[in-house]
Amino acid sequence: MLSSEPIISVEKLTKKFGDFTAVNAISFKVVKGEIFGFLGANGAGKTTAMKILVGISRPTSGNASVAGFDIYTQTEQIKKSIGYMSQRFSLYNDLTIKENIEFFGGIYGLTNRQIREKSEALVEKLGLQDKFTRPISDLPLGWKQKLAFSVALLHDPKIIFLDEPTGGVDPVTRRMFWNMIYEAAYRGVTIFVTTHYMDEAEYCNRVSMMVDGRIEALDSPTRLKEKYGVNSMNDVFVRLARNQDKAKVQ
Amino acid sequence: MKGFIIKEFFHIFRDRRSLIILFGMPIVQILLFGFAITNEIRNVNIAILDKAHDTSSERIIEKMFASGYFVMNGYLETEDEIEPIFQKGKIKAIIVFGPDLDKNLASGGTAPIQIIADATDPNTANTIANYAASIVRDYQEEINPDVTLPLQIVPEVRMLYNPELKGVFMFIPGTMTVILMLVSAMMTSISIAREKEMGTMEVLLVSPLKPVQVVAGKVLPYILLSSINATVILLLGYFVFKMPMQGSLLALMATTLLFIITTLSLGILISTVAHTQQMAMMMSLMGLMLPTIMLSGFVFPVDSMPWPLQVISNIIPAKWFILILKGLMLKGVSITYLWKEVLILAFMTLALIGLSVKKYAIRLA
Repeated sequence: MLSSEPIISVEKLTKKFGDFTAVNAISFKVVKGEIFGFLGANGAGKTTAMKILVGISRPTSGNASVAGFDIYTQTEQIKKSIGYMSQRFSLYNDLTIKENIEFFGGIYGLTNRQIREKSEALVEKLGLQDKFTRPISDLPLGWKQKLAFSVALLHDPKIIFLDEPTGGVDPVTRRMFWNMIYEAAYRGVTIFVTTHYMDEAEYCNRVSMMVDGRIEALDSPTRLKEKYGVNSMNDVFVRLARNQDKAKVQ
Repeated sequence: MKGFIIKEFFHIFRDRRSLIILFGMPIVQILLFGFAITNEIRNVNIAILDKAHDTSSERIIEKMFASGYFVMNGYLETEDEIEPIFQKGKIKAIIVFGPDLDKNLASGGTAPIQIIADATDPNTANTIANYAASIVRDYQEEINPDVTLPLQIVPEVRMLYNPELKGVFMFIPGTMTVILMLVSAMMTSISIAREKEMGTMEVLLVSPLKPVQVVAGKVLPYILLSSINATVILLLGYFVFKMPMQGSLLALMATTLLFIITTLSLGILISTVAHTQQMAMMMSLMGLMLPTIMLSGFVFPVDSMPWPLQVISNIIPAKWFILILKGLMLKGVSITYLWKEVLILAFMTLALIGLSVKKYAIRLA
């Protein structure tokens, strides 16, 4: 199902803040259409690494390319080919659904006609016709997240970066949200998602586990569980974190 | 870019709080400063302790009340009543006439009149005492019209540019400066901080929009709104308070626009540091509003400040803008006389923008 063509490739990427190394020479590849889970504890460096990949932070050293563009010299092209949704709700609460779609469509350079067609399709799919001209603040959080995800996909990006997209959302909505992710992946969009819900890691094609700025493990959830001889991704994570602590003590 | 500006207007017009700050406050402030807060005195309550009870004392009292400055509020019998009546607080001054005023005047002696004022508010006390004294002097000239001294120095005073000494001529440039500061600097810094707080700033930065476009999109609507505000204030000043407009209107508009840009760049600078709306608001209020009101020469004259404050006042953009406004409106000087002030503002603006860009670049790295 998945091609082997890499759409994100990262080589020895490093980011230092003064003496502190947030991202320590990480290397990995993500292939087209893959759901790639980028896991790690808070402060492990996932957000920093992600910021470099989406072009809003510069690495200290190392190389990376996203959608075929270099992260040093072609950030503009990168920004056009990716979608982004952060852990905080990323639409404007005081604008209506219609206005939000128009605004975000506009900044990604869609024509008015494209925006109109896409917003009709989107609203129909989500069943939000009657809320179309209501401020977003009227919607429940789960709906907002789904809408934000759809808006991030509005300009047909090749890759979508999701930074803890399901934070603070109930399990049912999280499930629905993952269905949307699958649907997008099925259409060929590459998904790069950070999360700290270990059960969500099971939904990914492959996951990387970051500990203290380094990638300690990278494989499919099934193989990772086999490798560490445990039953859940949660246990894999605990095992990895414990190893790291031991290493520190020694 | 167009979409961005439209969105910004949606934000502004849907937030009742920001609407009130934008349009209600300027008008209220101008009217308040214009009508209520004035340093002219009127209808001051005074009491009389008249030990003379003769023609002179009666005539002077009559003149006092005819002036409209004073309202009679009781006669005292003895000096012992003075202290308690001041403590009650209603009476702001007491006029004491010494005994035998007429007799003393006729015999060529001195006739003592004492003016006792409540100096808990020193400026008002001073003004009251001056007004009362000048009424007494008036009376003296009336009874001795042809007394001419052999040698006389008569200073003739002309109050240039504001002959009636209207306080409002000072308040309008000051208020306009404060309001522009508030609208431009505070509102932009808050609105940028809001995007950061809500997480939408991140989304904007990840989008193909360039950071410059993001900032320009946030700032342009406020340039427009601030210009409208400035126009409203000037129209109110001109039509309601008869503020003169001696100089070139074009120069006034150009310098106002310059000042708006200065304050906007201050707002941008604040927003590079502040991460929440609350922080942006506190920084604007404490860091900008207070110095603007206290040190710009709006409330307290810069020349009578201690020198360290005078030095500090130089880095406050409002000081220079108030000088420009007064020069253009009251004195009617041509812009060529104000090149120094304009240059300083322009330089400050460039420095502020440069600093913001640098701060921004550091954050990005």
